[in-house]
Amino acid sequence: MAAQIFSAIFVIIIGVGGCVAYFWGANKLLDLIFPSRGVSGTAAVNNLRRQGLIRPWLFVGPAMIILTIYLIYPVIATLWLSFFDRGGTGFVGVANYEWALRDPDLRNAILNNLLWLAVVPAACTFLGLIIAVLTDKIWWGTIAKSLIFLPLAISFVGASVIWKFIYEYRGEGQVQIGLLNAIIQHFGGQPQVWISLPFWNNFFLMIILIWIQTGFAMVILSSALRGIPEETLEAAVIDGANPFQIFWKIMVPQIWGTIAVVWTTITILVLKVFDIVLTMTNGQWNSQVLANLMFDWMFRGGGDFGRGATIAIIIMIAVIPIMVWNIRQANKETGGH
Amino acid sequence: MAVATGNSFASRFGVHIAVLVFVAIWTIPTLGILVSSLRDKDQIVASGWWNSFASSSQTEAGRLPPASAQAQKDGKYVIEGNVFGDGAKRAISAFGIKAAAPTQYPAGTAADLGDGVSLQVNADGSFVLASPKAFEGDRGQRVYYASSAPPKFTTDNYQTVLFSEGIGRSFMNSLTVTIPATVIPILIAAFAAYALAWMRFPGRALLIAVIIGLLVVPLQMSLIPLLKLYNGVGTFFGVPSKTYLGIWLAHTGFGLPFAIYLLRSYIAGLPREIMESARIDGASDFEIFVKIVLPLSFPVLASFAIFQFLWVWNDLLVAMVFLGTAPDQIVLTAKLNALLGSRGGNWEILTTSAFITIIVPLIVFFSLQRYFVRGLLAGSVKGG
Repeated sequence: MAAQIFSAIFVIIIGVGGCVAYFWGANKLLDLIFPSRGVSGTAAVNNLRRQGLIRPWLFVGPAMIILTIYLIYPVIATLWLSFFDRGGTGFVGVANYEWALRDPDLRNAILNNLLWLAVVPAACTFLGLIIAVLTDKIWWGTIAKSLIFLPLAISFVGASVIWKFIYEYRGEGQVQIGLLNAIIQHFGGQPQVWISLPFWNNFFLMIILIWIQTGFAMVILSSALRGIPEETLEAAVIDGANPFQIFWKIMVPQIWGTIAVVWTTITILVLKVFDIVLTMTNGQWNSQVLANLMFDWMFRGGGDFGRGATIAIIIMIAVIPIMVWNIRQANKETGGH
Repeated sequence: MAVATGNSFASRFGVHIAVLVFVAIWTIPTLGILVSSLRDKDQIVASGWWNSFASSSQTEAGRLPPASAQAQKDGKYVIEGNVFGDGAKRAISAFGIKAAAPTQYPAGTAADLGDGVSLQVNADGSFVLASPKAFEGDRGQRVYYASSAPPKFTTDNYQTVLFSEGIGRSFMNSLTVTIPATVIPILIAAFAAYALAWMRFPGRALLIAVIIGLLVVPLQMSLIPLLKLYNGVGTFFGVPSKTYLGIWLAHTGFGLPFAIYLLRSYIAGLPREIMESARIDGASDFEIFVKIVLPLSFPVLASFAIFQFLWVWNDLLVAMVFLGTAPDQIVLTAKLNALLGSRGGNWEILTTSAFITIIVPLIVFFSLQRYFVRGLLAGSVKGG
């Protein structure tokens, strides 16, 4: 273990030192090859121009290399692999996609993902908005927001343990140590094994993600609400609007853009949801989702890379519309710069 | 924002109550595992954690000593002793001799078992079994009793989990993964962000678009080719394919788009005049970056560092694909996931392990919340 700590420290020094050495050294080298000082006027201007051509690439070079290896190449390779067999060597055409259309597990996963997509972003955004509005009106709102925000720092696995403890089931007549079943038994209901109830268990898993992500929605929306010009609200009050009208007709329309950002961000997160399902049910009792199914195929019986890649492509296809929208937005914003 | 929405006392009161309910729902689950991790492991299963400050009662069964332990006393055959063995600090409220009626007799009273045999169990656990005839057989009398124990809090669970369940080791592994994976991307991203914000070169707009596109590319798209690549590299050089170096680079790669995006939008917003006056003074881009941009960007660098730290620390997927599950490599999240399988019912182990897993993010989060929120607001395009 000491060796491990030592190697970690060593890597930090090597990594940071290496970066510094590269950027400093490459810059120095450029100055040496194309000197701009101590040479005649035209040569200096020429060399400065050459430096200007090369230096940006020295700056973005390392990032581009890493991005290419870790993201751009894999995206192309995954598409490529989805037309190959389990080992990734024999071309099988669209056989994996045909399998994807017929496979009942995959269909179940897609339906569950759609359910997640329908519920989680909406619930997080709605709850986040409500909490943002309410906490703005009370003196201890900041503390309240901090506490609701807190689960965002908790890992999905940690949150799964926290909620598994809440859903814990004990046989009838025994003391229920899970909070949910204890409450239900207290009011005379029947304790249930919540995470193995087909269909409904999806919702019990979704609650975990909603619990984590509502804080995110709340913080972003809260800051957007602060940006609403006060005159619009005052005018509405003078015109005799009630709180609900002010909320729905004055506030919400003005932060529509932010709501869209929050919604899409959580949508992407939901498409990739993996840890919660793996730790809570591992896809049993009809609770499978795409990301967990893909992980399953990556390692099941030595791994089927072709089918795994196909599932990744399905997730990617769902993300593409959001990706295009993001790039368009960004182009609009940076157009002038 | 001072909105006069319903000035009545009732409506203001309602807002307080509503927020209180939300806060309760969002904090009670975490509180549950914190309290449970500090409870005695027998009490965790005997009562809900919300009752942990009350005495917990449980029904237990025991067997009295066999006939060989009997003694003659006042013309009777008597077996004496304590059901708890040697003095546990619990109190018996009732006892019985049938499983169907475990609390038939109140503690301290003598129960008539028929044939003149009587059994008395006292609150402190001491019992007297008396009979006019000699006891026979080598199996003692079965006895059931309801006992209650005072609340008991302990740090034993932490000791067990840290040193014998391997969580302590995993904690070190998580630190080993997280710190380099947080530090390495910062400089690489900062240089790229500066170039994309303030230098003019062909292809810049395309590069920015690619990075924004990569922000939302699901991690799942990278896993299989990288796994193949790592296996290939491992076989080619005859080294293990699952190494810390591999996961550091993987996290660096996956963190870069967000890092560049976040830093670029901040650096692009720095005042143009500072850059231009420095340039007129003869400073090169390198000097401007190191002496002006880097110090001014401290807040956003801190934001990114916190994000990357939390994301790497909390990650399960990348660790499961690129690291092994041997004790020298398994990180906290993966270990916790493994414990969920192997220690499914041992809540003292699970709650304690979970709390150790989340304590570092919570400390980072609470101490640096301002930077975290700033990063969140600046980079909310990122998909997580």
